[in-house]
Amino acid sequence: MSESQSPRDKNETAAITQGLRELFIKLDWRTYTMVLALIVIWITFAYTTHGVFLEARNFSNLMRQATITGVLAVGMLMVILPGHIDLSIGSIAGLTGALAAIAQALWGYGLIPALAIGIVTGLIIGLVQGALVAYANIPAFIVTLGGLLAWRGVVKGITKGNTIPIGLAEFKAIGQCYLMSKVGIGLAAVAVLAIIFLAWRRHQSKRRHGATLGATNLVVQILLPSALVIAFIYALNQYAGVPIPVVILIVVALLGAFLTQNTTFGRYLYAIGGNADAARLSGINIKRHVLAVFCIMGALAGLGGIIYTARVGSASPDAGRLLELDAIAACVIGGTSLMGGRGTVFGAILGAIFMASLDNGMSLRNYQDFTQDIVKGVILVAAVGLDMIGRKRG
Amino acid sequence: MLLEMREITKSFPGVRALDGVTFDLREGEIHALVGENGAGKSTLMKVLSGVYSASEHGGAIVIAGAVKKFSGIRDSEAAGVAIIFQELSLVPEMTVGENIFLGREPRRFGIVQWDALYKKAADLLKQLHLSIDPRTPIRQLGIGQQQLVEIAKALSQEARILVLDEPTAALTDTEVQTLMAILEQLRQRQVGMVYISHKLNEVFRISDRITVLRDGKTIDTVATQETSEAQVIAKMVGREVHQVFPPDTRQPKEVVFEVRGLTVADAYTTKKVVKQVSFTVKRGEVLGIAGLMGAGRSELLMAIFGAYQGRVTGDIFLEGKRLRINSPADAIGQGIGFVTEDRKRYGLVLEQTIVKNMTLAGLPKLSGRFVTNLDKETRLGGKAMKDLRVKANSLFTIVGTLSGGNQQKVVLAKWLLNNPKVLFLDEPTRGIDIGAKQEIYTQIDKLAQSGLAIVMVSSELPEVLGLADRVLVLREGRVTGEFTRHEATPEIVMARATGSF
Repeated sequence: MSESQSPRDKNETAAITQGLRELFIKLDWRTYTMVLALIVIWITFAYTTHGVFLEARNFSNLMRQATITGVLAVGMLMVILPGHIDLSIGSIAGLTGALAAIAQALWGYGLIPALAIGIVTGLIIGLVQGALVAYANIPAFIVTLGGLLAWRGVVKGITKGNTIPIGLAEFKAIGQCYLMSKVGIGLAAVAVLAIIFLAWRRHQSKRRHGATLGATNLVVQILLPSALVIAFIYALNQYAGVPIPVVILIVVALLGAFLTQNTTFGRYLYAIGGNADAARLSGINIKRHVLAVFCIMGALAGLGGIIYTARVGSASPDAGRLLELDAIAACVIGGTSLMGGRGTVFGAILGAIFMASLDNGMSLRNYQDFTQDIVKGVILVAAVGLDMIGRKRG
Repeated sequence: MLLEMREITKSFPGVRALDGVTFDLREGEIHALVGENGAGKSTLMKVLSGVYSASEHGGAIVIAGAVKKFSGIRDSEAAGVAIIFQELSLVPEMTVGENIFLGREPRRFGIVQWDALYKKAADLLKQLHLSIDPRTPIRQLGIGQQQLVEIAKALSQEARILVLDEPTAALTDTEVQTLMAILEQLRQRQVGMVYISHKLNEVFRISDRITVLRDGKTIDTVATQETSEAQVIAKMVGREVHQVFPPDTRQPKEVVFEVRGLTVADAYTTKKVVKQVSFTVKRGEVLGIAGLMGAGRSELLMAIFGAYQGRVTGDIFLEGKRLRINSPADAIGQGIGFVTEDRKRYGLVLEQTIVKNMTLAGLPKLSGRFVTNLDKETRLGGKAMKDLRVKANSLFTIVGTLSGGNQQKVVLAKWLLNNPKVLFLDEPTRGIDIGAKQEIYTQIDKLAQSGLAIVMVSSELPEVLGLADRVLVLREGRVTGEFTRHEATPEIVMARATGSF
C-alpha cells in the first residue's frame, strides 16, 4: 500500500485531471505559456513596485487600461483569422471618438445619437475598406495602411488640431464610472449560474453520447471558473467596483467568443484562414466573410474610440495613435497566427491584459516612454519567435 | 559506381514509405525506376535530393565512393545531383537564361554580367540542339520546352547524376523524340540518369537497367535486355490485380447528369483547356475519365463545379434540369459533390479536427443555420467515421496527423454527408497505401450500387479500367474516345490518350 495510492484515490485524481483537461480542451500549450507569462510579469512587477502593482486601485486601473486594446483585439482576431490585417483602427478610433465628441459638443446631440454616429462611422469605414480588400483584391495591408494615414488626416481636419472636451456626463461615464459593488456581486452570481448551466449541458451532451462525466469532474468544471470569476469581481470591488469599460469588454468578448466558436460564421473564418482553397471548394463565400470581418472590426474600432474619448474626457487629433499595434500585439501574444486559421478570443483578451500590464507596470516604475516602446516591440517579436519555434517542434 | 543508396528507410505518420530500399547508378547509364503510384519512387528521389535531410531517413547515400549526408537541396546539388520534378521549378516571369543561372549568375564585383549569362545560356541550349532564345520568358514556352530548359539548367550545374521524374507525362511525340536524343547525348558524356516513368515502352526503349519498387521495397533490379514488359508489370503489381477491385455487378439506370459542349478557357492565357466536351452519367454508374497530365481532366471537373477561374461555356443538366453554376456553393446546392485532387491543398483544413472537416461543406444543414450544434455534428460525423472506417482516436483528432488514406476518407465523408446526386472524384487514391485504396474502391462501388452517379478522374489506368463502367478518354482538352468496361483495354485507352492511334 505504501508504494501506490489506493485505487479510490487514484480514480479521484484521474477524474480531477480529466475534468481540468476537458475544461481546457480548447486551450493549447500557447495559452498555458501565456497565462504563465502573465503570472510571471505580475509577480515581477508586484515585487519591483513593492506591492503597489497588485493593490486594488492599480488592479482596477490595469483592467480599465486593458479594455480598449481588448475590444480592438477581439475585432482584430476576426480580421486575422481569415488571414488579413487592419492597420487603420487606431485612426478609425481617433476619428469616431472625435466625431462623437463633435456631435455632442458642437451639434448638440444627445448620448445615444452621439454614440451611434461614432459606431456607424466605424462600420461604414470598415465596409469600404473590406470591399476594397475582398472585391477589388487590394491587399489588406495596403488598404488599411492607406486608411491609417487618410483617416488620421480626417481627424486632424475635423478637429482643426484642437482638443474637443466631452460635456455630457453620461458620455464620460462610459469610460470613467464603476458599477456599484452590489451590482458587481449580482453579475458574479449570474456568471456562476451560467457556468453551472453550461457545465450541466456539457454533462448531458456527454451522457447522450454514452460517455459519463464523473461527479468530481463536474465539480472541478464548475468550481475553478466560478472561483476565478468571484476573485475577479471581489478584487475590483475592493477599489470602486467593476469599471463600466470592463463591463463593455466582457460583453464584447462573450459575443466574440460566441461568434467565433459557436456559429457557422466563425467556423468559416477558421476554415478560410486554415486553407482558403479548401474553403472555397467547400462552397464558402470567402469575399462576403472578409467583408463582414472588416465591418465588425470597423464597428468595434468605433466603440473603442468612444471608450477612449470617454476615458480621457476629450477628443484630440492624436487620439488612438498606435492602438492598431497594441491590438495586433495582443492577438499575436495570445496565440493568434498571422497566417490565419488559428487564435481565440480568450487568448486575445489575455494578450490585451498582458500588454496593459506591461504599460502599467513600467509606468509605475517610472520607465520613460521610449523604454516602454522598446520593451513592447521586443516582446512582440519574441512572442512570435517563440511561437515559430514551438510550431516547428509540434 | 557513381551512386549507391543503401538500405534507405523513410516513414511518415501512418505509412512506411521506404523500407530498406537499395538502388545504384553507374556512369553513363540510364537506370529506370518503376512502380505503381505510392510505391516510393518520388520519396526515394526526395531522399537523394536532400528534400528529406539525412536526419529524417535511415540508410546511406554514397556518391563516387564517399558517404554523403545531405541537409538540404543545396548539398545534393553540390554533390552533382540534379532533379527534374514533375512539377517544374522554373520562375515563369523570368527569362530562360535567368532561370538557368538562377542564384549562380556570372558576376564581376558582385554585378551580374548579363551578356556573359545569355552567351553561356545560348551555348548550353545549342549543345542540346534547342532553338530557344535564352531571352524568352519561361511562361511563353510550352511544358515540353520548359522541361528541356530544366535539363539545360541541370547541365549548367555540371550535374553527374540527373533524375527525371515522369519527364514525358506532358510531352508531345516530337518533344519526346527530342528528349530521348538529349538523354542519349548525356549518356555519352557519362552522366548517370535515373528515369522514373509509368510508360514502360519508353523505359524499355531507353534504359540500361530497371529497378522495380513496390510498397516501399526494392523488388528487383534487372538488365533491361534480359526482361520483358510483362515480367516488369508482374513485379510492379506483385499480386492478382483483379482482386483489388470489387466485382462488376452494377446495373446503371437512367441518365441523371449530362454535360453538353463544355468549353473552358484559361483565365490568363485564354487558351482553351477543354474543348467541346460532352458526356452523360447514369444513376448507379461510375464514369472513368482517363488521359495524360495536361489533358484537361481536372479543369473539366473544376469548371462544372463552378470553381474554375477562366471562361466556361456549355450546358450542364441534372435530372433533366439545366443548371446555372457560378460558384462551388451553387454546385453543392444542386447536389454535386467533388472530392478534389491533392487533398492537402484543396480538400482539408489540416489544422482542424476530423469532425470540423467533415461538416465544412454542408455546415448549415449538418449543424445549424447560424448557431452550430456540435452534438449533431458529432452524431453525423461519428456515423460517417464508422461507415467509412476512418482510423483515428476520435472525431476530434487533428486531420493533419492522419495517414493519407484516412485523410482521403475524411474528404469523402465531407461530400457524402451532403447526400449528393452526382459525385466527382479527382485522383481519389493518389498517394495512399494499397490497403486504403482497396477500401476506397469498395466504397466507390457501394456508393454507385446505392444509386449515386460517379465521375472519376484518375491517372492510374488500372484503377479506371478496374472500376469504371464506361471510360472517357481526353487528350489536349478533347474527347478522343469512349469505351464500355468490356471494350476498354490499357492499349486502346493509352493509344487514345497519347494520340498514337
